[in-house]
Amino acid sequence: MWKWLHSYADPERAYKLSGTLLPWFSILAILLVGTGSIWGLLFAPTDYQQGDSYRIIFIHVPAASMSMAAYMGMAVASFIGLVWQIKSADWAAAAIAPIGAVITFIALLTGAAWGKPMWGTWWVWDARLTSELVLLFLYLGVISLYASFEDKVLAARAAGILAIVGVINIPIIKYSVDWWSSLHQPSTIKITEKSTMSTDMLYPLLINIFGFGMMIGAITLIRYRAEILARNGMRPWVRELAKAEEAK
Amino acid sequence: MTITTPSQVLLSANELTCIREERILFDELSFNINAGDIVQIEGPNGAGKTSLLRIIAGLSRPYAGEVEYLGENITRCRDEFNHDLLYFGHLAGVKSELTAEENLNFNLRISGYDDFDTTKLLAKVNLTGFEEALAGHLSAGQHRRTALARLQHTDCKIWILDEPFTAIDKKGVEELEHLFIAHAQSGGCVILTTHQDMSIINNDILRKVTLDYRFV
Amino acid sequence: MKRGISYTAAFMTLLQRDLRIAIRHRGDIFNPLLFFILVVTLFPLGIGPEPQVLTRVAPGIIWVAALLASMLSLERLFKADFSDGTLEQMLLSPQPLSLLVLAKVLAHWILTGVPLILVAPLLAVLLHLDSNSYGALMATLALGTPVLSLLGAIGVALTVGLRKGGVLLSLLILPLYIPVLIFATSAIDAAGLNLAYDGQLAILAAMLVGSLILAPFAIGASLRVSTN
Repeated sequence: MWKWLHSYADPERAYKLSGTLLPWFSILAILLVGTGSIWGLLFAPTDYQQGDSYRIIFIHVPAASMSMAAYMGMAVASFIGLVWQIKSADWAAAAIAPIGAVITFIALLTGAAWGKPMWGTWWVWDARLTSELVLLFLYLGVISLYASFEDKVLAARAAGILAIVGVINIPIIKYSVDWWSSLHQPSTIKITEKSTMSTDMLYPLLINIFGFGMMIGAITLIRYRAEILARNGMRPWVRELAKAEEAK
Repeated sequence: MTITTPSQVLLSANELTCIREERILFDELSFNINAGDIVQIEGPNGAGKTSLLRIIAGLSRPYAGEVEYLGENITRCRDEFNHDLLYFGHLAGVKSELTAEENLNFNLRISGYDDFDTTKLLAKVNLTGFEEALAGHLSAGQHRRTALARLQHTDCKIWILDEPFTAIDKKGVEELEHLFIAHAQSGGCVILTTHQDMSIINNDILRKVTLDYRFV
Repeated sequence: MKRGISYTAAFMTLLQRDLRIAIRHRGDIFNPLLFFILVVTLFPLGIGPEPQVLTRVAPGIIWVAALLASMLSLERLFKADFSDGTLEQMLLSPQPLSLLVLAKVLAHWILTGVPLILVAPLLAVLLHLDSNSYGALMATLALGTPVLSLLGAIGVALTVGLRKGGVLLSLLILPLYIPVLIFATSAIDAAGLNLAYDGQLAILAAMLVGSLILAPFAIGASLRVSTN
């Protein structure tokens, strides 16, 4: 574990590796999100209860599921950074945070837009919307803590501790909000039970969930590369890179 | 407590790099500190003297490199290291709401000592008659002396002192210098920064680590 | 020269020191308490004096005010020690840092949490809290406010070195306070309806135990970052 991690901890290698991965993530993201969205929005059958307004789930559900996954990713990166003192991991955490926050915000926005035709109001204190709102606050806390430290090495350590405290608290917050809310909607995709959705709706949804994951991966890689360059500005290899770029 | 012989390596700095706000203060700095050494870290303002002392004390984490105490990384043997470390920083660690006596009592007890006589110790730093005075009402020099009284009752091997002579009068400085020499001779080490010239500790017994101001 | 201080003695030394300093600075104890009382008295002025309405919202108001008062008072938890250097000495002490941190949080809770619990029944009278709910109110405050102090101290430890910590602190710790708020108010509501509320109390107790065990480590790690 330790050895394997360290070979990628070298900033230059991390930069190059992420450069190699970036096109693959980008292509997959465009293909999957394109297919899923077109299929979902244009070709999937109309819901017999909600009409066409249900189609927002092809954006809402992927965003909501990825908002949580991105937080987990950030926390894992922070944990690796804190415990094994690997700065490349800290930079990855710093790269994911704003993307996670935006995705969470999209999930909230689409959730509210879906609420209008379904419940007749933009906002309901539904358990999942509320948890999503709290998750957004947790993201914003990590981001502003990171921004508040001038020394980015310290910033990453502080934000990392907060992200880990957040991860321990998320299940507790989620549980308490679920318990508190009686307006809870039964979940529509279940892995163990038979899905209540028709397969024509399910496939584009699953494709979009996967596509959103790839998209977040691609944007994270772009931000990650920028973060590596910003933190290593004084290193010779970055200067050479800048010179080569200028010469072009 | 560990028994040390003269010239045994107590502390070693291995390729320490310190970066503050994207500026490299020092890079791959290595040195050893032996039992019996009095080491002065010198250099212009902003060269990273305080940063270096804080890294050696384990308060700051270096960007790269490590500090070893008796051959073991200080972050892995924090308890043993802290047991043998006396650190005196820019901030004296004296609370102005407490009296001189209460401050000294707290500082020693938090380090684990329970067999001391605060009146006697304060007398050694010329604070007789000020035991009951709130530290906030003491002069700057007396404030520092309250903190320095810790040096009178300690069995720590490693003394790390950041500008210990600030606001101390000439006689007080000499007394401190005698104290440092006695400590070094008994097998301890002193690492300090100062801008004042020392009168008793001369260059024969003083080792220097010099840091340059770097423009990067 | 002996180093015979036990963990308990070190803990008590720090606890006594913080209590002594607070007694010499009495304002620090009364200000959060006054804030708590003021916030609670503002609500009837804002939403009207009808007893039925107030009875309905009393648990929420008291608890939200308690969260805010706790956060406000926590902001100074490590500030003085940070700026006079005693915090550094604590980090370098041979005593376990989590033990020292726990002593500081306990001192803080005795100084701000306990007065808050004592004054709460008085405010409950002003808000026409259901007479069945008083026991639940006291029990939830007794179990909940230490959790607030422990969780809040993590945020305070993370921001103690920053110049503009105040607003940031609320963003860091208020989301973590949500579960305490939910279970505490629901216990009081349940008591008002003559329902059993020991389930909610058990969950609050579990949160207290969990944060007693985990928070000191997070606070210690955060302090090491802040003093870097």
